[in-house]
Amino acid sequence: MSLIATESLTKTYGGKVTALADLTVDVEPGVIGLVGANGAGKSTLLKILLGLLAPTAGTVSVLGIDPTRDTDAVRARVGYMPEHDSLPPDVSAAEFVTHLGRMSGLPRTAARERASEALRHVGLYEERYRQIGGYSTGMKQRVKLAQALVHDPDLLLLDEPTNGLDPAGRDAMLALVHRIGTEFGISVVVCSHLLGEVERICDQLIAIDGGRLLRADRISSMTTASDVLAVEVSEGTDALAAHLAGLGLEASRDGRLLLVPLADDAAYDRILRAVAELDLPLHRLEQRRHRVAELFATAPALEAADV
Amino acid sequence: MSDPSVIHDIGYQRYAGPRLGRGAVFGALYVHGLRAAFGLGRSAKAKIFPWLAVGIVSLVAVIIAAVRSQIGVLPLDYQQFADTLSWLIIFFVAIVAPELVSRDLRAGVLPLYFSRPLRAFDYVAAKVAALVTAAWLLLAGPQFIIFLGGAFTTKTGFRGVLDELGDLLPGWGYSLIWAVLFAAIALLVASLTGKRAFAAGGIVAVFLMTTPVVGVLAFLDTNNSQELAGLASPMTLVSGVGSWLLPGPGTGIDVGRFGPVYLIELVTVVATCLLLLLTRYRKVASL
Repeated sequence: MSLIATESLTKTYGGKVTALADLTVDVEPGVIGLVGANGAGKSTLLKILLGLLAPTAGTVSVLGIDPTRDTDAVRARVGYMPEHDSLPPDVSAAEFVTHLGRMSGLPRTAARERASEALRHVGLYEERYRQIGGYSTGMKQRVKLAQALVHDPDLLLLDEPTNGLDPAGRDAMLALVHRIGTEFGISVVVCSHLLGEVERICDQLIAIDGGRLLRADRISSMTTASDVLAVEVSEGTDALAAHLAGLGLEASRDGRLLLVPLADDAAYDRILRAVAELDLPLHRLEQRRHRVAELFATAPALEAADV
Repeated sequence: MSDPSVIHDIGYQRYAGPRLGRGAVFGALYVHGLRAAFGLGRSAKAKIFPWLAVGIVSLVAVIIAAVRSQIGVLPLDYQQFADTLSWLIIFFVAIVAPELVSRDLRAGVLPLYFSRPLRAFDYVAAKVAALVTAAWLLLAGPQFIIFLGGAFTTKTGFRGVLDELGDLLPGWGYSLIWAVLFAAIALLVASLTGKRAFAAGGIVAVFLMTTPVVGVLAFLDTNNSQELAGLASPMTLVSGVGSWLLPGPGTGIDVGRFGPVYLIELVTVVATCLLLLLTRYRKVASL
């Protein structure tokens, strides 16, 4: 069964502003990255998936249910983490998450138990009786994640979960999201304008720009045969490039680096041999995966955002 | 063989227990709101005002009951009790209504509510019900104290208790009118701003600024304008309805033959406030 399926989904505001245009995607359960620049229509899509907005045209189904018609059934199985600050400062995390668990229909004791569990999973077990107002930004993001998890959803919709976090906080949050998607058996849609960070944890990617679908595919199929070898030599970079071209390997310059596509295993040896033949002082040899960003050459807006 | 002192990470557990419907969610939100109205489950600071109010009304009720048991005359009957303490109800709803709705607006919690199987109607209805109950309890509780005082000191036995009950029930109904009107107006004002102080000030302003209008109209010469003056302020509006529905010695204000007009305005004001409140939250819920 597909996790999320849309068919020519279109949303316009007041007939003028087009937020989503003719969007057709079909994604399978897993960790899905939803990327696009600010204003690309990511949040609009999430709101349609939650049944908060009705699409202007087209159909949508989440977990096989139509959110426009069967809103409650969808919301009972979906957890949502909004982008903006959404926590009251003067209650404890345990109390707040318990309350929202009850708002999802959990009985009193179950809500309390699940709130403790959810807070433990996001790493706030020790601090859960402290007031949220005294939390750091990273801890607040974790509380928002915990409230989305409390009712054991089948799908999590996370709107910019790494917003406002420092690099270490980002890594921790991304690792947590990845763990939820792989170990907890809960599918996750991660919204982000930073392609570089979602590509690390997602197995599928939906890229939208200006409300239109750029590409939706599994990350593995986007990056097959796209590995490159970065070669850095202290001198004679041009000579090496010319030599490699003679061998049929089109190298591209990136600063002091030469990026050589690795078509097959033999290419690696041929590059090494080329360096040895020219007797160049080899500085660095690094195999790297093509960044998915490079696959979106048609989306300047995306690359600009991916800094 | 595992060491019992080691805490094992049992991993993520799926939830297989019952999931309750919208009715239960509504109930949970109502109880949450009612507890919040009296500062329960909140910080000590949040408890000060509600319990101060409870203390004042209880004290007044005990004094009234004591005076009656001693000299046999009721200084204030049930309706007059509600009329007299209405100023306290104003301050109570002015503090509690922002606590119930402005707080959620300010913290931005609403997207978390409305991404769950809970509708704008459920949210609004639970908050209104909670505030109406809280304001009603503030009047009905002390009225019950007066009733107990009367029932235990009655000299006509069981008949006396029944007579007293016959006075108490309309009094409770009258308190409910106070509670419904004040809660509806206060929540509407509070839902317009996330700042609690502004909301509280706005609510007090709505109630107190309209009172001078009544005074001015009541000074006009014609009989009609005097009898219709009470329509201009929520407080005299309730008094007017009360003195029409529950005519008694010295209750409320003189409404002449315009009693039905007062009732119609009361119903209209309450309905309008609730509809505006619902419209407001329908809009918020879709964002």
